[in-house]
Amino acid sequence: MYNFEIITSAIDHFLHSVMPAQLAVITECVLIAVCTLVAYVAFAIVMIFMERKVCAAFQCRLGPTRVGFWGLLQVFADVFKMLIKEIISINNSDSLLYRLAPYLVVLSSILTFSCLPFDKGLQVLDFNVGVFFLMAASSFGVLGILLAGWSSNNKFSMIGAMRSGAQMISYELSIGLCMLTMVVLSGTMQISEIVEQQVDGWFIFKGHLPAVVAFIIYLIAGNAETNRAPFDLPEAESELTAGYHTEYSGMHFGFFYVAEFMNLFIVAGIASTLFLGGWTPLYIKGFDSFNAIMDYIPGIVWFLGKTFFLIWVLMWFRWTFPRLRVDHVPTLEWKYMVPIGLVNLLIMTICVVMNWIF
Amino acid sequence: MNYLLLFTMILASLFLVFAGMFIAGHISPRSFNKQKGEAYECGIPTQGATWVHFRAGYYLFSILFLMFDIETVFLFPWATIVQELGIKALMGILFFLFILVLGLAYAWRKKALEWK
Repeated sequence: MYNFEIITSAIDHFLHSVMPAQLAVITECVLIAVCTLVAYVAFAIVMIFMERKVCAAFQCRLGPTRVGFWGLLQVFADVFKMLIKEIISINNSDSLLYRLAPYLVVLSSILTFSCLPFDKGLQVLDFNVGVFFLMAASSFGVLGILLAGWSSNNKFSMIGAMRSGAQMISYELSIGLCMLTMVVLSGTMQISEIVEQQVDGWFIFKGHLPAVVAFIIYLIAGNAETNRAPFDLPEAESELTAGYHTEYSGMHFGFFYVAEFMNLFIVAGIASTLFLGGWTPLYIKGFDSFNAIMDYIPGIVWFLGKTFFLIWVLMWFRWTFPRLRVDHVPTLEWKYMVPIGLVNLLIMTICVVMNWIF
Repeated sequence: MNYLLLFTMILASLFLVFAGMFIAGHISPRSFNKQKGEAYECGIPTQGATWVHFRAGYYLFSILFLMFDIETVFLFPWATIVQELGIKALMGILFFLFILVLGLAYAWRKKALEWK
């Protein structure tokens, strides 16, 4: 098993040996911040490229092919284009809130991103209330979206933001209930410990029926949380132009776009952490040689593999299901998913109390 | 160390947006046009004010959300000690969930969950 703590503690010792303690701590913080930001932007670029290629494949197209080999440089060109676009500020907008909104959206998505356990010891924020912190940080994003829609002084933005707010807070409940179900199973809220417990079997196998139900509900609610099709009512192009970011242009819009894609990555990452075992390899009891081979694959490959598989599933959803009708969105959540989630929580509690888990 | 990292990440995310906006603000072109600052509502001149009272349906959902969100706050500490408490945890939470579901049933009955 690979352990990244060896590398980080080696860097820590090196920094402490060449400079005073306080300076070393500050240097470490800067290093961690730079690495996380680079990873954040890099994953956003990979995600945007993947989205275009996957949606092209679903529609029997080729997707971007001209810029660079197989269109690999297309996203970089897009980012550069976005940088050199004019930032238009509109009349009569609430200027302070208008500028504040992208900060809040990106803040929430970076805080949740830094909770993801990429490998053993490769996790920035590891609180003992990790799952709870995840929920708190991710519910922050809706504030930015509401501010963006409200301050734009545009009716489309306003309606989009209101729809988005109602949808996101509703589906957050289901996400909370699913996380709660897994916390009942694991008995801890610390993300690194949750992953450690899955070394001898992923939670989706350990928790059998209630875990599978929670996983499915989590995927649906997570899809709604990221405002993607089939839940893309907040930004339905045919009725609301672009929803809450109609009035944003250039880099302003770019940050909303990046945060939205990264929220998809985060939803998939949390799902693979809580249900599919994070960086732990797949073990089958009794097949020792198979388990030994699985051990050779590094944890980060396992984590990214599971995460990108789930992202691919969510993209598949996007091109398979038509957009929901507006009155079906709250009905699905409040009349179906919340009651099912509550019953599922009870079933999981009974299973844990009666020790009916594998 | 954890809280220091949290603080670092907050600063880093603010820095990312600020740096992006700063660079874009300096290398992007700028032109002035009288119509440019108007709200984009399909090209026709804007009618009426945007900041008006909004429909109450959204408000009802946010109230319901508050109820269930507080419930999650109470359930998380319980969830971590289910395995130690055993059957007592189940009994305790059944009563708690019963009251909670009563609230949801009331809202359902009063048709607060319908989208009008």
